[in-house]
Amino acid sequence: MSNLAVAVQDLSKKYGDTFAVSHANFEVPMGTVCGFVGPNGSGKTTTIRMLLGLISPTGGTGEILGHSIKHPERYLASVGAMIEGPAFYPALTGRENLNVLATLGGYGTDHVQSLLERVGLGDRGNSKYKTYSLGMKQRLGIAAALLPNPKLLILDEPTNGLDPEGIQEVRDLLKSLAQEGTTVFVSSHLLSELELISQHLVMLRKGKVLFAGKIEDLFLAQQPFILVKTPNEIDLVKIQEIATSAGHKSTIRSGVAHIEGPAEWAAELNKSAFAAGITLSQLSPMLPSLEETFFEMTGDSE
Amino acid sequence: MNQIFKAQVFRAEWRKLRRPTLFIGTMLASAGLTGLVTSLLFLLIDSPQGNSDRGNMISRDILQLPSGLTIGFSNAAGLLGIVALCVFAAQTAQEYTYGTLRNLLVRQPRRLQLLLGKYLSMASFAVVMVILAATVSMSLAFGLSGKAKVATDAWVTSDALHELAKTFGNVLLSVIAFGTVGMILGLLLRSPISAISLGVIWLLIVENILIAVKASLGKWMPGNLMSTIATGGTSNVSYTHAISFTAMYLVVGTVIVTTLFKRRDVSN
Repeated sequence: MSNLAVAVQDLSKKYGDTFAVSHANFEVPMGTVCGFVGPNGSGKTTTIRMLLGLISPTGGTGEILGHSIKHPERYLASVGAMIEGPAFYPALTGRENLNVLATLGGYGTDHVQSLLERVGLGDRGNSKYKTYSLGMKQRLGIAAALLPNPKLLILDEPTNGLDPEGIQEVRDLLKSLAQEGTTVFVSSHLLSELELISQHLVMLRKGKVLFAGKIEDLFLAQQPFILVKTPNEIDLVKIQEIATSAGHKSTIRSGVAHIEGPAEWAAELNKSAFAAGITLSQLSPMLPSLEETFFEMTGDSE
Repeated sequence: MNQIFKAQVFRAEWRKLRRPTLFIGTMLASAGLTGLVTSLLFLLIDSPQGNSDRGNMISRDILQLPSGLTIGFSNAAGLLGIVALCVFAAQTAQEYTYGTLRNLLVRQPRRLQLLLGKYLSMASFAVVMVILAATVSMSLAFGLSGKAKVATDAWVTSDALHELAKTFGNVLLSVIAFGTVGMILGLLLRSPISAISLGVIWLLIVENILIAVKASLGKWMPGNLMSTIATGGTSNVSYTHAISFTAMYLVVGTVIVTTLFKRRDVSN
């Protein structure tokens, strides 16, 4: 048995002349939380649908829990999934909707109530799905994904429509599932949302995998910088000269100097500014967010 | 067999079919339509405008035969068929419009098993519907026979029981055939409104216009053939012809839609 929950090689999906997913290669180790990130339309959902046997790849191969994605019937009993938002029967209650899927999957309906409670719908299970808010629908979708007590949980944008409290609850839920040994593959178009919970990341843009690996590797690529403000904007030019003479690149944007350099150099800069008679109103060592690093790596400032 | 048919698909589908609005609504509609057709058969027995469909006259002598008990029931088969077509089409196509098909396929990735289980559960729903319709029709027939001065002695003989079994089987076949057409349309069009509209407009309007223009077309029109099965054959279309051509239409349609269903990407 491989220690990979997901492994894809050259996985592609083409519609007409356009690649929705182009030669994707990535792996998700067992027992990790792996973020699957990319802008809307980058091919995340198409990839997930291929992994779940809902659409056929145009090329390439893939394995889920050691089984080829050509035979989803061999692994889907151990996979929970929510794809492209929740989808249920509006005229049935939340509980009845879960009962339909539990019966279909052969899991029995005994633990439906505990799942409803786990996602915070314990007291709304008997309400019709059509009366649910977007956040409640999303929670029901997560409960449905947990029905098979999955080894691998695949969630597509699970926090869409949730309020900040709900987002935190989903994060906590995913963390606790990972601690119990479930591999979680979770997609989002917001990298900031995933950096808090993921150990691995797969980044997709325009159907191509731009980064796949440990999140630490992405942190290592982060370039620290220092933000400097002066009461007199003319002094910023002098600050820029000091930075350049010390070998640090800098730019001035919106009355603030952005200087590339480690936090330790801030003290040196402060000393040099004082010596040059410049008063600083702000001196802040910073790290770019993973999102900024991602765009830096991909050369995309959109 | 277990590889082809999974009881859990059947049971899961029944969880949807038994929701009160669908179950009670459909049963009331079936009972109401059959009751109406049967009532008119007896209440208008002396009407010069006729007491059956398209102004046909079914006389007291015919109603007093062993088969008279089930004439109202078999006359309502076309309407029961339309109800079945709507239920099968809606239950199938709504999986696309609600986006729930992806959930079903993740839990049951063997697509043909899913389709077969769904079909069998809807067919069993049709059985319940036809049993109820038969019960309502026969109860009304007995209830209204006195008022219509129809003797019922022949209705309680073994011949009548044989006629009942035969008519029940034919009506059930007819209703399930209509339902199968609904499922085929649901899978093809992937929209309940489109599937039901096309089915009902074709069966109730287009076919009738075509047959009115050229009566011989009735031998080839699927709706007419399926209704003919329920009545056990007519002077224009034999039972064997109706069964053979209905089966042929349904097999061709089923092969097309199962192939599409098995291979088509589920991207909604």
